[in-house]
Amino acid sequence: MAHEHKLEIFQGLLKFKSNTQKIWGVLIFLTIVTIIEVALGIFKPESLMAKFLGMKILNWIFIILTIVKAYYITWDFMHMRDETKGLRRMVVWTAIFLILYLIFILLQEGGYVFEVYDNGYIKRDF
Amino acid sequence: MSTAVAEGKTWGGGNQPLKASYGKMMMWFFIVSDALTFSGFLAAYGFSRFKFIDAWPIADEVFTHFPFLHGVDAPMYYVAFMTFVLIMSSVTMVLAVDAGHHMNKSKVTIYMFLTIIGGLIFVGSQAWEWNTFIKGDYGAVQTKGGNILQFVDKEGHRIAVRDFAMNAHGERVQHERKNGLWFVNEGALPTYTMDEVIHGLQANKDILVRTQIINEEGEKTVLSREESINQIMKNGRLYVEGANLHVNEYGSPLFADFFFFITGFHGFHVFSGVVINIIIFFNVVLGTYERRGSYEMVEKVGLYWHFVDLVWVFVFTFFYLV
Repeated sequence: MAHEHKLEIFQGLLKFKSNTQKIWGVLIFLTIVTIIEVALGIFKPESLMAKFLGMKILNWIFIILTIVKAYYITWDFMHMRDETKGLRRMVVWTAIFLILYLIFILLQEGGYVFEVYDNGYIKRDF
Repeated sequence: MSTAVAEGKTWGGGNQPLKASYGKMMMWFFIVSDALTFSGFLAAYGFSRFKFIDAWPIADEVFTHFPFLHGVDAPMYYVAFMTFVLIMSSVTMVLAVDAGHHMNKSKVTIYMFLTIIGGLIFVGSQAWEWNTFIKGDYGAVQTKGGNILQFVDKEGHRIAVRDFAMNAHGERVQHERKNGLWFVNEGALPTYTMDEVIHGLQANKDILVRTQIINEEGEKTVLSREESINQIMKNGRLYVEGANLHVNEYGSPLFADFFFFITGFHGFHVFSGVVINIIIFFNVVLGTYERRGSYEMVEKVGLYWHFVDLVWVFVFTFFYLV
């Protein structure tokens, strides 16, 4: 709890001596990820424009990197790593399940509405 | 019998089955519900975007400004800077929490102060971002059907309407309450009338019209010269500049609506976070937690502050990158 922190990230690949050191380590990691995101967003490499599962590979990379960042913010800055399994699951699984469900429903519906416009039944409605 | 006893011991109160205090646990549950609110907004944004997937504004053509660098095309840099500021203030916050565990009052004070400064820089940057977005820069023409037509030169570079619109004869006077029907008035007139835009377009042979439709290369479609004039003459209805809840020179008005609503709601969270941090900061300075023997309060507001950062990471991805 409060005073003990798990001091390793990347499945124990990187071990830190103190909690303060771990915080700076995570900051460096998050900064690198953000720089990669911005660089990809500005240069938009042609090779990543191909579609994969209905979305550009570039966009998949952005979303995955975002989830990676969210993981480290929650686990190390919010100390989720040090909470009990029960609390962790209550918070994370509930949120993830509901959010995935919501996203699926709304994007499916949005895509359908687009099809209806696109097939010419309705020209424009805003 | 024995299970009942064990149950009473574990769940009957006065115990911490999740090894987290009441306050911290409730902060976690608040965060879950707030996360659902934000994902509701972002999913609604996704819905509208999927609905107009072939005509949605491209974010790095919209947010291209950087303070003090006028006329420099700097897509995304400023938002990246804002993201970094917020992550940095998250770091100072977690350092404050860590110092609190060691009961180090002076360090907690310094780190809380830095966190507040980071929050203020972020809110200020957001205000600047809003201001730039509302003012707009090139101007565009809205059609009868609500679509946006923008202007480009032969190479596809954007051209501002103010650079080619020409003074046409006749002046459209704003109708005020003091003349005519006293109870009727109208809003501010657009900077240019459609006549002025059409005259300017006819006089400048190099100007083409760009529509909202995204072509196969992922760029907005540029019309031919005749098609351009035809579109403006036939469908152009209103000159628009900047973005608000009704019109948006960058494309679909929904884009502006969601931008104001989601970043506004997030900015409101940052603002309340700063206010709460200031309250806690003064409590730290006054030694409230020193007397209480625990800096857990700092930890709880810390959770909220990190959550605000977490939300921004997602807003950044879905509004500016994807």
